[in-house]
Amino acid sequence: MHAFANPARFLRLARPLTRWLGWGGFLLTLGALAVGLFAAPRDYLQGESVRIMYVHVPAAWLGMAGWAGLAAAGLMQIVWRHPLAGIAGRAIAVPGAVFTAVCLVTGSLWGRPTWGTWWQWDGRMTSMLVLLFLYFGYIALADAERERDGEGRLAAIFALVGAVNLPVIHFSVTWWNSLHQGQSIGLTASSIDSSMLWPLFGSALGFTLLFGAVVLMRMRASLARQKVEARLKRMAA
Amino acid sequence: MNPWPFVVAAYSAALLGTAGLLLASYVAMRKAEREAEALRSER
Repeated sequence: MHAFANPARFLRLARPLTRWLGWGGFLLTLGALAVGLFAAPRDYLQGESVRIMYVHVPAAWLGMAGWAGLAAAGLMQIVWRHPLAGIAGRAIAVPGAVFTAVCLVTGSLWGRPTWGTWWQWDGRMTSMLVLLFLYFGYIALADAERERDGEGRLAAIFALVGAVNLPVIHFSVTWWNSLHQGQSIGLTASSIDSSMLWPLFGSALGFTLLFGAVVLMRMRASLARQKVEARLKRMAA
Repeated sequence: MNPWPFVVAAYSAALLGTAGLLLASYVAMRKAEREAEALRSER
């Protein structure tokens, strides 16, 4: 990890990786969603609306994984002062917020035909909405620090503190009574049939690769902008 | 209740969100890298 803290070394790896992640994610997502939409079986209880799972669950995972990434980047920035950690944090925040918003929208669209309601103020949905607001807070704080030429340490601390919401989201369905179903995929077992599980893993992996491509593109853009700003400052001096 | 409009709306939201994110990130990256390259070749 320390080896890639060097921007030049990072860029040598990031340039080809962006393309591979982008195209790999595109093909995998398209294939998995086609299977989920047309080939995977309907659920015996929920019927066709279960197909929303193939976009909703990856979005939820990525919303949460994005914040875990922000917290990891924040830790690296505070402890080791990695030059790329703050850039990585800022690059993760926007896709993390978008996938959290997609999770909330698709969850609402799944809830209406399944539960008969668009929204319920229960533990899972409310904690996911809190995650979206945390992303907005992080983006605003990181941008404000950047404008003041700060190191982004406040945003890094905010990312670490905000990580306390992740176990709340995860355990919300066991801690409180919820309309939302309980955990159906564990580390060793799943209550979902394999005919539905494989397309779900495919779409989760596909969206994850696309998320990675977006993060790399945003990091490359930040590094290029930093280079331009530094050069303009040198030219003006 | 017919579930298909909800399924189509959910897939549209996910695909539009992801596609928009990819496009915006790609355009911003290309613009920033072109500016950096132009400034380097000016030297």
